[in-house]
Amino acid sequence: MLTLTSPVETRYHRWSAGVKLAALAGFTLVLFGVDAAALPPLALIAIAAAYLAQGTAFALLGLRLLRPLWPFVALILVWHLWQGDPGRGLAIVLRMLAALAAANLVTLTTRLTDLLAVIERLCRPLSPILPPRRLALAFALAIRFLPAMALHLSHLREAWSARSPRRPGWRVLVPAVLAALDDADHAAEALRARGGTD
Amino acid sequence: MERSLTHIALFAALIAILGVIPPITLAFGVPITAQSLGVMLAGTVLGARRGFLATLLFVVLVAAGLPLLAGGRGGLGVFASPTVGFVVGFPFAALVAGWVVERTSLPLGLAAGAGAVIGGIGVLYVFGLTGLAMVLDKTLGEAAFLVGAFLPGDIVKAVLAGFVTVSLARMRPGSVLSRS
Repeated sequence: MLTLTSPVETRYHRWSAGVKLAALAGFTLVLFGVDAAALPPLALIAIAAAYLAQGTAFALLGLRLLRPLWPFVALILVWHLWQGDPGRGLAIVLRMLAALAAANLVTLTTRLTDLLAVIERLCRPLSPILPPRRLALAFALAIRFLPAMALHLSHLREAWSARSPRRPGWRVLVPAVLAALDDADHAAEALRARGGTD
Repeated sequence: MERSLTHIALFAALIAILGVIPPITLAFGVPITAQSLGVMLAGTVLGARRGFLATLLFVVLVAAGLPLLAGGRGGLGVFASPTVGFVVGFPFAALVAGWVVERTSLPLGLAAGAGAVIGGIGVLYVFGLTGLAMVLDKTLGEAAFLVGAFLPGDIVKAVLAGFVTVSLARMRPGSVLSRS
């Protein structure tokens, strides 16, 4: 399973994940909390500069990740043009782009394991009800079983296609859920045999 | 204890895979992503508590940078995009769907279908619309106008969630943990 971490190594990769997350949280709160006309364009310029400082290949990668947003950008611009208030629409669009680009920047430059470690650290105060080991095990199990589950599902689809000219219908979901429940039971037995979760 | 943990982890993986590989095609040839169906099933099959935790685990993995949302989206950007509410609402959708199945004495299929409608559509849309309204700076009514097109598909998914849950119980009694 590929993560979204950038293959282009940047300076930001070496920054601590916790610091980057805190900075992103602060950035987003200010962006959505402070209502100043100059803020969204300035924020977007700052983020664009942060991308471009690491080379055009990296900046293009960042631009590609903004693609899911274009329909919303078009919609908001058309909406506000029609309402006769294009300035407001532009501010909303710039704010949205800046927030998404900033969040993507953290995801692009932080390894999955580092982010999961931060989450585990943040959950430590919950340790009486959520033991850290169990949380780490849940992450590991879910990630490990992603490819296994994908394989199950493609086998089920092939089995369907071998028997029917039609494409797989909802009935294929029943064995898929059963397979997940079976896998869960087997994994639980294996864990217990090795001394349990704690 | 182990069984509870593995059920949560494996269902999180199942929800993820249902978004990556669209497994089913409706009669009219419209492929639907089964991800939100997976969320409904997490509630109706695992029950409120485990369904909530399984879906929460899935959302955390998305936040941590795995591209597991339908369409291969993922990472922290999901939480800054207009659709943030739907992702944040997933665990609560599963929670309410499971709660309905656990706490009512309706026949299982009806309970699961109703739970999927109340949780997977009602609760999820409340979260989703709130997110849309906040990011796009619109009123809730204007946001509702945007998502109306998705309602028919989601109703179909809720009905399917009822059918799948009943089929599971019929094929293997005891597999529907929300009623055992």
